[in-house]
Amino acid sequence: MTLGLAAEEWQAVRLSLEVATRSVAVSLVPAIAIAWLLARGRFPGRMLLDALVHLPLVVPPVVVGWGLLMLFGIRGPIGAPLHDWFGIRLVFTTEGAALATAVMSFPLIVRAVRLGLEAVDPGLEAAARTLGAGPIDRFLTVTLPLMSPGILAGTVTAFAAGLGEFGAVITFVSNIPGETQTLPLAIYSATQTAGGEATAARLAGISFALAVAGLLLAELLARRMHRWLGRA
Amino acid sequence: MVEVALRHRFDHPGAWRSSRRDGFTLDVAFAAPPRGVTALFGPSGCGKSTILAAVAGLLRPQSGRVALDGAVLLDTAAGICLPPERRRCGVVFQDARLFPHLSVETNLRYGLRRAPRDAEGPGFEEVVALLGIGHLLARRPAGLSGGERQRVALGRALLARPRLLLMDEPLAALDAARRTEVLPFLARLRDAARQPILYVTHALEEVDALADHLVLLEAGRVLAEGAATEIAARTDLPLASRRDAGVLLDCTVLAAPGGGLARLGFPGGELVTTLHPGAPGTRLRVRLRARDVAVAVAEPHGISTQNVLRATLATITPAGEPLEVFLRLDVGPSQVLARITRDSLERLALRPGMPVWALVKAVTFDHRVAAAAAAPP
Repeated sequence: MTLGLAAEEWQAVRLSLEVATRSVAVSLVPAIAIAWLLARGRFPGRMLLDALVHLPLVVPPVVVGWGLLMLFGIRGPIGAPLHDWFGIRLVFTTEGAALATAVMSFPLIVRAVRLGLEAVDPGLEAAARTLGAGPIDRFLTVTLPLMSPGILAGTVTAFAAGLGEFGAVITFVSNIPGETQTLPLAIYSATQTAGGEATAARLAGISFALAVAGLLLAELLARRMHRWLGRA
Repeated sequence: MVEVALRHRFDHPGAWRSSRRDGFTLDVAFAAPPRGVTALFGPSGCGKSTILAAVAGLLRPQSGRVALDGAVLLDTAAGICLPPERRRCGVVFQDARLFPHLSVETNLRYGLRRAPRDAEGPGFEEVVALLGIGHLLARRPAGLSGGERQRVALGRALLARPRLLLMDEPLAALDAARRTEVLPFLARLRDAARQPILYVTHALEEVDALADHLVLLEAGRVLAEGAATEIAARTDLPLASRRDAGVLLDCTVLAAPGGGLARLGFPGGELVTTLHPGAPGTRLRVRLRARDVAVAVAEPHGISTQNVLRATLATITPAGEPLEVFLRLDVGPSQVLARITRDSLERLALRPGMPVWALVKAVTFDHRVAAAAAAPP
């Protein structure tokens, strides 16, 4: 099954899915932690943290990519020790693309998770406390399951947005076929190439199909989840 | 023995953030006996639910001490404040608060799984049978009626093997029909429970049905505390100005013929009633409203009133209303209150010490004033 796609076009699709998946995988747990701090925490600097998390929404993606390049470049303050001590290089790699995508979609996932958390009735957590559940216990058995619709929404949104992240990725990890050339980058390259219109159209169609499929899947899962939670 | 002493003032120093409770001060101290139901009774806003939250550990009062059989749960002076999860106080909330994502059975087992191994209490099957919820185990809370939900919540709290059961108006969110459905289960739970129960309510019928001990609250203060029957018989409390003021009589069914009038025995006499109180031997508590009791100075004849009790007039006290008085009548070892007009008092020249007859119509008892009695102490 090739759908008339060339090997390198498939590669871009696979790479996009991989980058989006990895970005969601690395950002989900920190996003839940940050959302919890923002929704429930009472500490100085909460508003600052809130603003910091939302920065990627308002700062141009290219600037985010440039910032990552500065920090995680081989001579950057984080990139240098990573490279020298652990042999990890993020620039111009798939891992780097996933990191750039994760940073860009982080506010989306935090916002959705936070909404999910704020929908949890604190009375149920209080009930769990009176039944002997300590902080971690009640988070895992009551709060987390009840906020799962928010986590699902955040995951799907971040995944869908991650499939299409362009500016930060191309700035941080460049546009290397097979390594960092995700769907939008491949579409961009095709439009820059003579005779690439057909490729661009096919890839755009796939992008569209993936987005629609994601939305439908999210809707289906959300319905099941609400039924599971007993909310009609 | 549950000892509670709390002081808490609700206010927010910032003017931009104020609440309905601003300026309200709770200042209470009372002790609840080690077994049976202690009802915290008072109008809405008197602070009774706040007391329960502080005992459960869900609210930290500015100062106070809560001790349970000598174990200190809270002592602000000593800097002790156990978190709710270590207090082992089972709470039944007004809104049940069942976990919506768990089945009824998993809800019931939630506290049981977290109870200390050596904690004693009724087993799962026993509690399920006691509350009649066996057919609900596989269901989700969303599929339950309000009454069923509350029964599951009772079971969940009891199965956590608590040292103390706290009930925060467990029937208030239910309609009258559901309340009648759940009340007998509450009575059964009270009889089965081996731990003290603090029961918050603003419904006198629940006090009548369940309470052994009563703490009367008003505007954040304790007005009176004592045995429920003693508090009910007092005429110096706001309770006495209610239309349903009167004594509580602990009765035993002597005879209950099908289709006939039932006879109830109480210390000092018998009552004939149209109630259907259950089989002979059943214990129930009857509220005998003071306004339903008439007094005669000579034994009356040729009247329809079924209950004519020989009594001695003990005291005469004002009844709040200028035209009325309370008569306290000794019927054997029991006491009965009668509410009559000052006019009748003078007309009959009633004086303390006089022998009188108390008249109570058999139809005066309705199911609202009778309730399953407390277990014998």
